[in-house]
Amino acid sequence: MDVVEKKKLKVATTSLAGCFGCHMSFLDIDERLFELVQRVEFDRSPLTDIKEVGPCDIGIIEGGLCNAENVHVLKEFRRQCKVLIAMGACAVNGGLPAQRNHLPLTDILSEVYLSSPGLGNGLIPNDPELPLPLNQVHPIHEVVKVDVFIPGCPPSGDAIWKVLTDLLSGQDPRLGHGLIHYD
Amino acid sequence: MSDTFTLDGREIPFEPGQTIMQAALAAGVYIPRLCYHPEFKPHGSCKLCTVKVNGRHTASCTYKAAPGLQVESNTEELNTERRTLVQMLFVEGNHFCPSCEKSGDCQLQATAYELGMMSPHFDHFFPDRPVDASHPDLLLEFNRCILCSLCVRASRDVDRKNVFALAGRGIHSHLIVNAASGRLADTNVALEDKAVQVCPVGVILKKRRGFAVPIGQRTYDAAPISGHVQGSASLTEE
Repeated sequence: MDVVEKKKLKVATTSLAGCFGCHMSFLDIDERLFELVQRVEFDRSPLTDIKEVGPCDIGIIEGGLCNAENVHVLKEFRRQCKVLIAMGACAVNGGLPAQRNHLPLTDILSEVYLSSPGLGNGLIPNDPELPLPLNQVHPIHEVVKVDVFIPGCPPSGDAIWKVLTDLLSGQDPRLGHGLIHYD
Repeated sequence: MSDTFTLDGREIPFEPGQTIMQAALAAGVYIPRLCYHPEFKPHGSCKLCTVKVNGRHTASCTYKAAPGLQVESNTEELNTERRTLVQMLFVEGNHFCPSCEKSGDCQLQATAYELGMMSPHFDHFFPDRPVDASHPDLLLEFNRCILCSLCVRASRDVDRKNVFALAGRGIHSHLIVNAASGRLADTNVALEDKAVQVCPVGVILKKRRGFAVPIGQRTYDAAPISGHVQGSASLTEE
């Protein structure tokens, strides 16, 4: 009898206004990565360097939204992915980048590029290729529907593994004491 | 023999004058709460401890126990409402746990863990609340205030100083400092005051005390907040 190979699920990941710390934590599932690639294949992700997201079963978003390009990428992920996961504090509540939200953007830009000590002839970058910053940083659920949240800064490898394995086995992901963390 | 009422199907004994919350705590049953503290007169404002008494919603920290009451607390319905309340507290302030010294010791955070809050759900307010760093030894981080009024009660009833108060109404309610300048440095608050010890979140912090206890060894790292009530099971334990 032929063994029918189970179809692998497609997974895409990206980092928006994040620090890639959540992706590093994702790699902390260590040797379980081998088990994971038996069951999934990666589409767009820093692991594959594919630039555009295709149709996927699971999309994993690290980071919040701090500029127009973040919003564009997030909407592409939502369009292409059946299940969208917010991974980490920045995707869940804006995180550290959102701590600029009570300051006017013009004040921030002029302090960083014009009035900081040591800057000579500073200019606020205005190359048309640069995505425009948003007035405030937003968590991703304020822009698209998010199906699953993994809080943490970063979430531990074990928390990420628990959510992924719950999802792969068709259960609602649950993080108990010790795995659920906001810090 | 003392009187009893029924809490989630369990007989709970109580002494005359005890509230449902007090009797539940004495019997080792955790009811989520933020503004209730055993040493202070109840305030009944956070609504986390809401239970159903004979089918009607009421705050268990203010409701007197009576013989034969049928009380529901650990139900899917009530825990969902509690989770929503906690989510609203998170989006109304600026709660960034990774950069908060109270993380791991914070009752708001631990209660959210207990209730399985995976996201803030609502849109964030991102309010502008400048900190008061005027005092040489204390920091007032208003971004994290949940208006539990414990510092107000402690300063008034224990320290007898009336350093803190809540001002404004509704969404404009906020914590203020009782000084003409409005600055903590211009009050007679002291490090050993009860008001300084009692904050359940990261508003009133001692300066120069960062990471005295490492992450991983803090109050709610070893056991969830329900486990700090002697004999209690967690809300989600089957």
